[in-house]
Amino acid sequence: MLIPFFSLLRDGGMKTSITEHLTLLEAMKKGLAGQSVDDFYYLSRACLVKDESQLDRFDRIFAAYFKGVEDSLADLFTELPEEWLRRQAELMLSDEERAKIESLGGFDELMQALRERLEEQRERHEGGSKWIGTAGTSPFGAYGYNPEGVRIGQKGSGNRRAVKVWDRREYRNLDDSVELGTRNIKVALRRLRKFAREGAADQLDLEDTIDKTARNAGFLDIRMVPERHNAIKVLLCLDIGGSMDDHVRVCEEVFSAARSEFKHLEYFYFHNFVYESLWKDNRRRHSERLPTLDITHKYGADYKLIFVGDATMSPYEIVYPGGSVEHWNDEPGSVWIRRLLNTYHNAIWLNPEPVGRWDYTPSIKLTRELMEDRMFPLTIAGLDDGIKALH
Amino acid sequence: MAGKRFTGTSTYVATDDLMMAVNAAVTLERPILVKGEPGTGKTQLAIEVAQALGKPLYEWHIKSTTKAQQGLYEYDAVARLRDSQLGDERVHHIGNYIVRGKLWDAFESREQPVLLIDEVDKADIEFPNDLLRELDRMEFFVYETKQLVKAVHRPIIVITSNNEKELPDAFLRRCFFHYIKFPDKQTMQRIIDVHFPGLKKSLLTEALNAFYKVRDVPGLKKKPSTSELLDWIKLLLAEDIPPEALRAENSRKAIPPLYGALLKNEQDVHLFEQLVFLDRRSGQQ
Repeated sequence: MLIPFFSLLRDGGMKTSITEHLTLLEAMKKGLAGQSVDDFYYLSRACLVKDESQLDRFDRIFAAYFKGVEDSLADLFTELPEEWLRRQAELMLSDEERAKIESLGGFDELMQALRERLEEQRERHEGGSKWIGTAGTSPFGAYGYNPEGVRIGQKGSGNRRAVKVWDRREYRNLDDSVELGTRNIKVALRRLRKFAREGAADQLDLEDTIDKTARNAGFLDIRMVPERHNAIKVLLCLDIGGSMDDHVRVCEEVFSAARSEFKHLEYFYFHNFVYESLWKDNRRRHSERLPTLDITHKYGADYKLIFVGDATMSPYEIVYPGGSVEHWNDEPGSVWIRRLLNTYHNAIWLNPEPVGRWDYTPSIKLTRELMEDRMFPLTIAGLDDGIKALH
Repeated sequence: MAGKRFTGTSTYVATDDLMMAVNAAVTLERPILVKGEPGTGKTQLAIEVAQALGKPLYEWHIKSTTKAQQGLYEYDAVARLRDSQLGDERVHHIGNYIVRGKLWDAFESREQPVLLIDEVDKADIEFPNDLLRELDRMEFFVYETKQLVKAVHRPIIVITSNNEKELPDAFLRRCFFHYIKFPDKQTMQRIIDVHFPGLKKSLLTEALNAFYKVRDVPGLKKKPSTSELLDWIKLLLAEDIPPEALRAENSRKAIPPLYGALLKNEQDVHLFEQLVFLDRRSGQQ
């Protein structure tokens, strides 16, 4: 019963298991969803979805299944970060402009048009040369959606060492739910575990108690110690967007594994190279940035610093002030990375680019020198070596 | 089977999907995991379910140091050791030193109870895994006394999480899941009606407008939620603020009064004031 629905969910990338499906059937047998499709929707959602980030996907698969439109699955995977656009637009638009948008059918209408335009672009312009926002007739350009040269949907332009790229995948937070293939990474990361006793003394220290009791002429002298905890602290800095698109999957895996392995894990994002600020939420990368200096002050030198990035960019981005592709940086990235390394002596750089290519890309060579050769390939073996170097 | 269905209470507004999730969990006797923004009534849900169904409530609040074992039982070896030195009679029975946990209490409850496991994500990563069997079979073994504790009635277990840590898949598979969405204006109106019956319509509308406006400010660290709104309205009533004062068109006083109840973070307050200032300046030009 409902097996096509189940397999559609699986095909759509949901991690629904057989147990959960059986739970749904059991609930239906008990007559919980007898009344209406709405009831069935709520019931199946409570049974099958276990994470709010999957809710949207479930909704669309549900709609697709019950309308019988199975091929609408295709666009489940290419979505625009609507919230971000909306927020940006609201920030930038004046009341008057907003009224104009309303007269054009409201924001949703515009988003729809934008989405259609994107589809079109993807099909017909492989090189991606027709930007939304520059065409005089496009409603998007007219309202200044393009404040910082934001480009939408630039996929497949061979050499991406370019200016300010805004692409679909970029603004999605790394999906740390990828469980597939993370086992090995977890095992590698586990080597970083270091147990230490800290906190409240709530465990009996048997040896010390016996020792002290004996010294106490047999009268009991209880000794307590704090429990052992994994005391390792990790700062994870992830490169996001641009040339990192090719490595999204492996980065997601590392991120997912790290999140479940360490108790003290702080993660930040950067684009191409670290400068005076980093951010935690990709959807708000422009509004919520954290000064790098604050980070070094907040997290002590006992943190271990792990960069994940391909270090593939123009060397100017590292050595010159103002080299950043996103903003004007007063001090070059090389100064900032030195500051970070001065605070965090245990640091490594994990690079998803194949080792063979490292010597042919000047920026990788440069970064490697800055990291004092502590750059490792983002493979299981490389991770192992990197973790050893962190100790 | 559980004859009663949960449909919310006089002090708790439950949406359709929430009711369905709760009723499914009650009928199938499986735990329900509730997530959502802080202040949307996750913990309150368990209290209200217990009240609505007329069942006793056991609350187990999780801290970062909580161990799964503490929910079952603890063997107080130190007390026994001490008693043995003092020659206390109790020392001969190990059972005297077994301290029961909340789960045990709930399992032995004479009628079917509601058990709240609050903020499960606060605990150690291993915590949920350590409870798998207990939640699945609703039984556990006391090694010290060789005794099997089995639930008399399978309790209705409500688990809340603030998403600070990922929960393991095996744990999730055993639960129903519900994400409490932030209520829309209509639901919010119902919630306020429930808490402040007879509130002046004009004040309510203005307060809701101002509230959703604050929530829409981009980049807030912590968006105000339902519980903050209720507190704020309480304050507005106590201070007897007229509805006109809340109207944002009155751009001179565009900051809603007593906004400290809504924004709990000085960066947020700062950001908000800045935006209001910018807004006002552009209004004057």
